[in-house]
This record gives sequence, structure tokens and C-alpha cells, in this order.
Amino acid sequence: MNRDELKKMRDEASAREKKTWIRVGMATCGVAAGAQETFFALREELKKQKLAVELKKCGCVGRCSAEPLVEVAVEGMPTVFYRHLTKDKVPQLVESHFLKKTVLRDQAVPLEDPKQLRIVLRNCGVVDPDSIRDYIARDGYAALAKVLAEMTPEQVIEEVKKSGLRGRGGAGFPTGLKWDLTRKVPSDQKYVICNGDEGDPGAYMDRGVLEGDPHSVIEGMMIAGYAIGADKGFFYIRAEYPLAVERIEKAIKQCHANKLLGQNIMGSAFSFDLEVRLGAGAFVCGEETALIASIEGRRGYPHPRPPYPSVKGLWDKPTCINNVETLANLPPILAKGAAWFSGIGMDKSKGTKVFAVTGKVKNSGLVEVPMGTTLRDIVYAICGGAAGGKKVKAVQTGGPSGGVIPEQYFDTPVGYENLQSLGSIMGSGGMIVMDEDDSMVDITKFYLGFCVDESCGKCAPCRVGGTQMLRILNRISAGDGEPADLEKLRDISLAMQKASLCGLGQTAPNPVLSTLRYFEPEYRALIKTPASSGK
Amino acid sequence: MTDELITLKIDGKEVQVAEGTTLLKACKQAGVDVPSLCYLDGINEEASCSVCMVEVKNARTLVRSCVTKATNGAEVSTNTERVRRARRINVELLLANHPQDCFVCDRNETCELRRLAHNLGVRQVRFPKTSGPRWELDTSSPSLVRDPNKCVLCRRCISVCNRVQTVNAIDATQRGRRTVVSTFMDMGLGSVSCVNCGQCLLVCPTGAIVETNATAGVWQALSDPEKTVLVEVAPAVRASIGEEFGLPPGTRVTGKMVAALRKLGFNKVFDTQFTADLTIMEEGHELIERLTHKGVLPMITSCSPGWIKFAEHFYPRLMKNISSCKSPQQMFGAVAKTYYAQKLGLDPRRVTVVSIMPCTAKKYEAKRPEMVAAFHFWKDKLHLKESDVFPDVDYVLTTREAARMMKEAGIKFVDLPEETFDSPLGMSTGAAVIFGATGGVMEAALRTAYEVVTKKKLERLDFGDLRGLKGIKTTEVDLNGTKIKVAVANSLGAARKLLDEIEEGKSPYTFIEIMTCPGGCLGGGGQPIPTDTEVREKRKMAIYEEDRNMPIRKSHENPHVQQLYKEFFGEPLSDKAHHLLHTAYAARPLYRR
Repeated sequence: MNRDELKKMRDEASAREKKTWIRVGMATCGVAAGAQETFFALREELKKQKLAVELKKCGCVGRCSAEPLVEVAVEGMPTVFYRHLTKDKVPQLVESHFLKKTVLRDQAVPLEDPKQLRIVLRNCGVVDPDSIRDYIARDGYAALAKVLAEMTPEQVIEEVKKSGLRGRGGAGFPTGLKWDLTRKVPSDQKYVICNGDEGDPGAYMDRGVLEGDPHSVIEGMMIAGYAIGADKGFFYIRAEYPLAVERIEKAIKQCHANKLLGQNIMGSAFSFDLEVRLGAGAFVCGEETALIASIEGRRGYPHPRPPYPSVKGLWDKPTCINNVETLANLPPILAKGAAWFSGIGMDKSKGTKVFAVTGKVKNSGLVEVPMGTTLRDIVYAICGGAAGGKKVKAVQTGGPSGGVIPEQYFDTPVGYENLQSLGSIMGSGGMIVMDEDDSMVDITKFYLGFCVDESCGKCAPCRVGGTQMLRILNRISAGDGEPADLEKLRDISLAMQKASLCGLGQTAPNPVLSTLRYFEPEYRALIKTPASSGK
Repeated sequence: MTDELITLKIDGKEVQVAEGTTLLKACKQAGVDVPSLCYLDGINEEASCSVCMVEVKNARTLVRSCVTKATNGAEVSTNTERVRRARRINVELLLANHPQDCFVCDRNETCELRRLAHNLGVRQVRFPKTSGPRWELDTSSPSLVRDPNKCVLCRRCISVCNRVQTVNAIDATQRGRRTVVSTFMDMGLGSVSCVNCGQCLLVCPTGAIVETNATAGVWQALSDPEKTVLVEVAPAVRASIGEEFGLPPGTRVTGKMVAALRKLGFNKVFDTQFTADLTIMEEGHELIERLTHKGVLPMITSCSPGWIKFAEHFYPRLMKNISSCKSPQQMFGAVAKTYYAQKLGLDPRRVTVVSIMPCTAKKYEAKRPEMVAAFHFWKDKLHLKESDVFPDVDYVLTTREAARMMKEAGIKFVDLPEETFDSPLGMSTGAAVIFGATGGVMEAALRTAYEVVTKKKLERLDFGDLRGLKGIKTTEVDLNGTKIKVAVANSLGAARKLLDEIEEGKSPYTFIEIMTCPGGCLGGGGQPIPTDTEVREKRKMAIYEEDRNMPIRKSHENPHVQQLYKEFFGEPLSDKAHHLLHTAYAARPLYRR
């Protein structure tokens, strides 16, 4: 396919778009809530009523707590989202909305939200993830076509540098710089890897993108491959995301069928191909050196950096590893230009960030906001605050590597540096809301326990230190803590943070340190002092 | 590494090092000894222990000096409060999971963890044990015992097994706090491709891998008045056992060692070197036989039992290339319980043969079921039943175990007067001494083969090309107009290169010596700890010095070996020699099914 053919396909596809349609959210969140049954029931009901309505599946639109979520458009009526639309409600919906042209007020839910800005999730909940035509109809692969036809790899890198895009996997390393480093290492072979080993508890932004808009990630990978000089890419997706794997595999097949992958893509000198590798359940394989070992078929152990993968990565070749969300940002950046992207967000954090907001919050789900949005807006304005009239106590960001941020800091604009200065991190985007009933020692135990389970066992501080800390926390929460325990926790934290081999161990004490920072009285209340023990 | 020099500051002092130098080495160059635990230069650079941490200005975390390369302008501090505290806590965490039974540990005096904890100022262990369950000891091997409870997961054993020896018998399994070094399907060392070389034991910083203890059986035999207890000592032991008594590596202590063994109560103190000379007679003639009768070539030496098991596991197609000669240890057992027993009128069942070896694989070799030649020799003569079977060699002690027995007996080794070996099985030549160093068997064989084939006197006895610690060494010898190429490999990783060449039909060699351990027997798994490159070098020098000082330096000139042939075997490769001094090999699966 060349650029003209792509354009033709886009025009044809958009011309075919119907004015009356139903979209059923069928990402994992929807499917789990019964969307598949809803879909089948809708098909039957439409057939029964002899209605010519286009019925489509799509990815997650973001309001996971409202699944099964169905979007309905009828010519002459505003489009409406219906929440909790289980199969039993289907006949009622069809009758009311299509036959009587009346909106079902009880089920309808307004989802327009001026505080959100969808760049990464632009197609999620809109396109059928299994249809390359749908993607192309929304200017899919146009950015790639532009890059291949009009830009040198250096120009692409320059554009990404200027956009200010930083890695969305957690560390926030400037993407353009990473590409530049990889491009500059001379080698006969280079690789791009998409890190889809999303493992933070409660975080599923990448799953949402892979399931809802697989082609945008593929397009991002191809742009990355062109920029660094790689002709081969690997998706590394955790095996716990079977639907994401299925959709990516299907999308790759469609690319092959349309000659968007393979030799001389769009008539250019650029050739590129993709393969999928599955993670086998180890959290540490999201760490890039362990991830590489895993793809190579070795045990997923991290190894010391430098050398960084950009110099010596997969099979010792220069390798660029980007996160799913980072890659999904690229087509819009290249299509609309760096200036557009860098105009969004705040000082050192540009663009948007997707958060998976869960926990004690009214509306949980995926939220995409411009960098610089305050936590208060995310928790209250977008997600509706705590459920059941409780008071929000804190949010936990950054998963097991992150920390808690108490309510009094909620006016902080979200950005990499800001969250760090509060003792947490941006991380990949997990955000767990806690209310007044939640114990900070418990939440710390949960995260630390996660890291202890997931420690690969290679380096001593992480392997032994994490377990020792967890044991101390268990003792404290059982009421058997000692005053010296807090000092021990801080001692072990130092060894883990400063002496662990990889990010997992280095950041595992963060939940402990951040809860100690803001909620030490909760710990102290649980620790018996010699005087109060009555002995 | 390039010739480019870079400049950095270590503890405020400017240092210049070659580009590519690690911070650990740069620190050493600057006179600062950074403590480390898991690091083994060139072998284990896994960066797992987190002890060698140093502070580099502007680095986010402390850095591991063992794997971090020095960079221009770096400012390194090795002794800040943060560094000391991190190192101390890390070791304290390791100690929390380490059994506190140092009193009764084999490695009490040589434990690196104990020394490290002491030096880093760890004076309390505030944490309880958290690692996995209490692991069972792996006692499946005839040579080695593994105690995972004492393991600090430094992974040196794994690296030496996988990278140096390419045996891959052990690796880390499970993860997190359950991580443990184990074998395929936890089957135990005795049921997998472990070759019993004991290199893992040598590099273990703690007592997690030790040899199986044979001292109890030896003590019992020594105190049994019915038993004639003979001891044979391998060549490499005399160049190392002094280290166990505080003497510097490379001190030759042959005479003191003989005196100490006599004091322990052995009836006769004999020398494995006697049968090393005998091995040369047999092996040299086997080579000549193969050369003149178009036998399978290249021929490969067979003295190193780790290598033999390695070949049986990994190179079953090369069984015919290996010399059929038993090792000197086994030849000694067979000769002692036949020729010597007969000569003295002893009942072979009341003769106990103890060997002292620099080796752990020798323990396994002595237990190979076919190593019962003396039993078969006597079976009809003494009307023995199959159930009366007795081994040629009863007990094998490592150098360390022998020293331990001497200490237990209160022998002041260093002050002993020098004594000499008993006759006749204590007589040996310089050719036998050098069996203890890589290249020595080859050199000894060439000294004899040259003179037997050419009927001329060999003018220069030293084959310099074959000496030294390099992995593979080669030379060419002119045997009466026939030029033959020979090669020597030490360590099984190096051996693989020569063996692969043979399998591919590309080997240019006629004769190959393979020693399992780096450096040969002087670097064997039964040797005093530490055994590192520096120590190996010194032991090597002692061995060649011993050779130079021997009155006779060629095996075929050993008068008592000549007498043995005259009185007993007839000639090399005779029928009797075949029954007692030769053996056969068979392919083995990689694990016991």
C-alpha cells in the first residue's frame, strides 16, 4: 500500500460510516461485566425487530465501573451512553431508543468531560480494534506515511525531542533522547521492543490501549523503528492479557495483508516486521534488562546497567524499549507536530497521562488528562470522589514503586517532578484512592508483599531486605511492633534503595517510606511502647 | 579494553586507569581495597551481593564497583557513612538467613562471609531468618555435599560450573526469598551431569558446598590392628598442603608431609607418583601402539576422573579416543592389593588403601563399580564370592581432609623433620611430579615416548610450550621423522574446543591431555582454600622445581617400575596389565532416569 492507496482507503471507509449505530465496549472490563452477552442479545433483538442498525464492538471508553457500556447513535438524536446495559435490558433499550426514539433516562450516563483530553485513548471505545479499516478511517497510518515520505530518521527524532514526550512506563526518560542514543550506536541490527508487561496492581492503561486501539501502538513502533534504524520489533505482552495479545496478533496479520509490515513499506526503503512474545507472569520482566533476557529465552533476571539496552540490548544489539502508552502517543505527535504536543501539559511534563483510577472512588476507570491537571480534579471532578459519602484520605500512585499522597496535597498539578517531590512517582499510571477507613500500614503491607513475591531473588538487598521489612510490618499490624522497628525499616530501606540491582528493589521501600513520611502516627499507634504494654 | 587512559578521583586522590577498568580495580590501583563477596574476576560478575558498593558523585544510587566501569572525571568515595551503612546492612541481612553454626562448619577458618561480617563491623544481627523453608542437604553425590541453608546466593558456583567448566549442573531455581541453587528437577548432584570436580566448592565463600567426609573411615582403619593401612599421595598435594599450616603457597613440603603421614599411623607411606610413572609406561606404549597400528587418534589422557565423567555425559562418541589406562590413583590401588600384597604375603582383604588427592572427583572414581580389579585378581585364588567384593582404593581424602586429620592428631607439621617415602611403591621420577600441573602428563609421556620410539636420549626434558595456566597449549614433536601435534587443555570449557574439533573431524592433534580443573590437579577441588590464579601459579612453580630436583626425571627409568614389570606385569600392555591397569568407558545420560 502506498500513500495514495492509504488515502483512498481512508476516504472509502469514512464514506461508508453509518449515521445509526451501536457500539459495545468489549475490552476486558466490558467482557467481564457481560458485554459479550449484551452484544449477542442486541444482535438477536435487532434481527427480531428487523432494524438495520450497524452493531460494532469497540474498546474501553474509560468508565469501567459502568460496564457493560453501550453507545448508541440514531440519526437526528444525540448519541447516548448507556451504563450497566446487561443483556436483560436489551429489549427495553431497542424498543425505547430505536422504535420510540426516546432516551432511557435511568440508564443513560453523560461521559463528556471537559477536564479530560484523549490523545492516547483517542480511538479507544470508538474504533473496532479488529478492523484496520476503522483505524485508517480515523487517519490511521497517515503519520507513518508522512514520516516515510517526508522526513529523515533524524528529523523524526528531532520532532519527538521537541515534543517533550517522556517515557510513560514510569521513569519518564525523554523518548527522543532514548531514540537518539540507540540510533547513534553503529550496528548491523537493531530492535524496537514494546513493553506491554504492565504489572502494577490496579494499573491497566496499557491493556486498555492494546485492546482498544492496537494499530496505534503498531504505528508507533514502526515510527520508532524507522527513527532508530531497526527493521524488527517485538511486542512483549504479559500472558495475563490474552485479549490484548489476540488483538495485537490480529492487527499484525492485517498489516501484513495490507503490506503495512514487511519489505519496503509504502514504497520506501524502510522494512519492518513484528513478533509477539508473551511474559510468563514475572513482574520483574517489565524491567528492561530482565525483559530482554526473557525474550531471549533466558530466565528473567535483571542485569546491571550500563551497558544500557540502547548500546547492548536484545541479543547484544542496540535496542529501544518503549512503553505501550508512549508508542500510542507517537502517531498524533508526528501527524500534528511537536508544537501542538508541547503546547499541552506543564513545564517538564508534556502531553497527557492516562491513569487507571481505582479503589474507593465513585467512577473508576481509565482517565486521560493533560499533564498539570490537579489530583483534586482527577479524584473529585472526573471520578466523583469517594463512594458512600466517605472522606478521601490519600491516593497511591506509581504502584509498588510509588507512594501515597495525602489529601492536603491534592492541589498539586500532576507531573513527573511534582509527584516525586511528594515522595511518590508518576509511575505507569495506577492511582488507587483510599478513604478514611483504610489503614496505611495495610496498604504498605500489600505493596511490599507484592514486591517480595515478585523479587527475582538475585540481589541480596531486595531478596532479603523486602522479606525482612514485610515481616516487621506484619508484626506491627498484629500489635507486636517495637519502637526499634521504625529504625530497622529505615535502615533496610536505605540498603534496598541504594544497593538493589534494579528498579524493583530500589523502589520497593517507597510505599514504606512514603507512608512513614505522612502517616507515622498510624504506625506509632500500633506499636506498643514499654509503658503502655503494662509489663 | 583500550590503551586510552582515563582520570578519576578516588577518595580525593587522582588516579589514571585504562579505559574499561572497573571501579573495583581502579580502587585497588589507588590502594583502596573495596570489600566484595560475590565477585570473581572474569568468572562471576553478577553483581548480586551488593557489598562492593561505592558512592559516585551525582549517581542516583550507590554503585556496584565490581561491574561499573570507571569514567573520566568521576568522583568516587569508598568510605562514606552511607557506603559503610549500606554494606553493613546488606551483610547483616545475609547473616539473618545464614545458620549461626560457625563452630562446627568445615569452612570455619576460611569463611569469607564470617571475615566480611567481622571486617565491616557487623556486631549484631537484628533480623530473623526469612529465606525459604529449611532445605534438605544434598548428599546424593559421592564427592560433594551441598547445604543450601548456608548459601548466600552469590552464584559463584553457578558461574564456575556453567562458564568455566560448561557442565551446567547447577543453577538458581525459584524466586524471591525461595530462591535456591539446585540441580535439574532437584535431583541432586549425584543424579545429574555433575562431574564432581569441586570447583564450585573452591569458590564458595561459605560452607554451602563441602566434600564428603572420609576421615572417620580412615581413623577407624588406622586404629584397626588387623589392617595394613597404605597411603598414597598425589603429586599436587606436596605443593599445597603446607598452606593448611600457614606456609605460603608454593612451599614444597614433601618430606614433612611424609613424616606427618607416618605420624598419623599409616603402615606404609607410598606415592601415587609411583603409579604415575607406571601410567606413563602404559599410556606411552598405548600411544605408540595406536600410532603404529592405525588406532583411533587423537588419543586423550584419562587420569582426570572429572573429565572422564564429562566425556561420558557430553562426548559419548569419543569414548574410543580416551586412553584405556586407569588413573594413577586406581593403578595404585590395583597394584597395592595384588603385586604388593602378594609380595608381602598379605591378605588383600586386610589391606586398606587410602589416597590423598587434590581432588573431589577421585572420591567418585574410587567408587566406580568397575574399580575392583584386585578382587577379580584374587577371586579364584581365595575362593571369594561376589558379595566379598572390595574396592581397589578404600578411602579418598582431599588435601584439606588430610591436613584436618593431622591437626586433629596434634601434629606440628611445620616443625617436622623431613622423611622419605617407603619402598617400593614410593619411588618416583620428575616425570611423575609434573602430573600435578596442567601439561605435565603430556610432558611426561613425551619424555618416555620420544626415547622409546627414537631410541635416542632426549636432550631437553622441559617442554615449555606445554607449561602454564593458559586454557589450551599446543606443540609439535618429531618422533623419528614423524611429526606429531599435541595439545593440552585445562578446565572443561577449554577442553570442549578440542573435543568439538575431533567430533567435526578437524582435529590436527595426535595426542591430547585434558585436565578437569583450571591449572590441572594443583588447582583441584580438593586443594586448600583459597585456590585462585595467583595461588595456582605458585603451586605450579613448586611442582616444576620439584621435578628439576629429582635424580631421575623420566618414567621409564624408574627402577622400581622396571622391577614391577620384571616381577609381575611382564611388559607394558600385557594381559595382566590390561586386567589390572586398564578400564573402559560408557555413555551416560545427562540425568538419572
